Amino acid sequence: MSEPNDPPRGGLDAYIDAAAGLLAIPLDPAWIGAIGSNLAVLRAAAAHVAEFPLPDEAEAAPVYEA
Amino acid sequence: MSGPDTMPDFRPDPATMTAEALAAAFRDGTTTASANVAATLARIARVDGAVNAFTDVLAERAGARAAALDAARARGEPCGPLAGVPFAVKNLFDIAGLPTRAGSKINRDRAPAARDGAVVRRMEAAGAILVGGLNMGEYAYDFTGENVHDGPTRNPHDLGRMSGGSSGGSGGAIGAGLVPIALGSDTNGSIRVPSAFCGCFGLKPTYGRLTRAGSFPFVGSLDHLGPMARSVTDLALSYDAMQGPDPDDPVATTRAAEAALPGLGEGLGGLRVAVAGGYFARGGDAEAFVAVAKVAQALGATRSIEIPEAARARAAAYLITAAEGAALHLDRMRTRGHDFDPAVRDRLIAGAMIPAPLVERAQRFRRWYRSAVLDLFREVDVILAPATPCRAPRSGQTTFVLDGVTLPVRANIGVFTQPISFIGLPVVAVPVRLDDGLPLGVQVIAAPWREDLALRVAYQLERDGIVRAPVANL
Repeated sequence: MSEPNDPPRGGLDAYIDAAAGLLAIPLDPAWIGAIGSNLAVLRAAAAHVAEFPLPDEAEAAPVYEA
Repeated sequence: MSGPDTMPDFRPDPATMTAEALAAAFRDGTTTASANVAATLARIARVDGAVNAFTDVLAERAGARAAALDAARARGEPCGPLAGVPFAVKNLFDIAGLPTRAGSKINRDRAPAARDGAVVRRMEAAGAILVGGLNMGEYAYDFTGENVHDGPTRNPHDLGRMSGGSSGGSGGAIGAGLVPIALGSDTNGSIRVPSAFCGCFGLKPTYGRLTRAGSFPFVGSLDHLGPMARSVTDLALSYDAMQGPDPDDPVATTRAAEAALPGLGEGLGGLRVAVAGGYFARGGDAEAFVAVAKVAQALGATRSIEIPEAARARAAAYLITAAEGAALHLDRMRTRGHDFDPAVRDRLIAGAMIPAPLVERAQRFRRWYRSAVLDLFREVDVILAPATPCRAPRSGQTTFVLDGVTLPVRANIGVFTQPISFIGLPVVAVPVRLDDGLPLGVQVIAAPWREDLALRVAYQLERDGIVRAPVANL
């Protein structure tokens, strides 16, 4: 898959700090490196999903059913 | 009333007997439920120190339940299709009197569950006997079977290897012959991965098929419960016992139960079976694909079919998992951050920080993907794919090399399971033995609500000796 497993973390530390404040999650500074690595993987996954063209009418299922 | 002391020639052996055989022996009076429980507890005491599958052994409760069943049989009362059969559950299922720990330290502070989870009650209504709670990865966010609080479940076929997770204790208990049936949960592969690594059969039913009431959630739109066992008949017996609507689970189907057991032996009968190509035919060790080819050959399946956008489906499942899981645990992240498994906490905190539009986009893609994959089932009835990209890695192993690329183990064990559970398709994971080494798993995938087809195919493979689940030599 094109999802990188160790993508660059550029710019994420400032975002993590701000988002933790918004979410009221107290962060131990020792956690930030690993959170950033995970967030970078999620960002890459999100980019991969977003590359797929979906029409505006393509709504999420209001109740997910198989 | 008969008892084990009146049957000196019969020793119920949970290490070798299936649930089907134990129930039959109970019905015909060859054994008693009490003897089955005693033998099970003895084997757990002897073997589980090495495997670490159990976190709670319910000797008193199981003994009382067995005595009640023996008494009921002595009175001539019907006792159910699983009467006298010991089973155990991943410790995210509510067990009356215990806090539902879900593999965590934090949940041990919860009040004890007031009653058993819904499927536990249904299993016991069918006569089965709960003997314990099983180890699991913290909050089910795991593919390894490792747990920082309770220690790892070790692979019973090689104690230096991972059991797989997050239902690691369930896989370990089945592979080690501790119980014939264990219940697990599967959000992204957590039944299918330990089934593959521990060499047992696992059923992840259609999303919504089995009620999840009374189990600790992880990702509401992806969570499934299901059984693991050493035979397909045992899967069907327990699956049938657990089916049926339940208003206590908002996504539980309103369909009536559709028993799978009666049709197990119908054979392949014109079923159209294809092998998943593309994404599912690369990115793993060669032997993972050899296992699929062995199953396909046995089924006479020559056709290959492409599941579209599977890599993107995996990425979307990854995002939704992180975001929904984070939403569930937000308050605990705010107040108990130091009490999490660090690997789980750091992923959950990152998940909480994903902007909402990106998650919504993944949900919108999910609907497109569901429609595209369901179209495939106009042409085929069953699709085969690897369960994992490799055999069980070493305990503690953090990276592996797949197709020449070094990748983190934790994030990539579920590479072939995630795109399937993402849209709730029913799957039976079947254990394949290519040699004397560790087992591999193959996913037998069917259309929604067609668990019967996946089970039929698995049963035929088992009958033909293509797949099998021998107990580890412990």
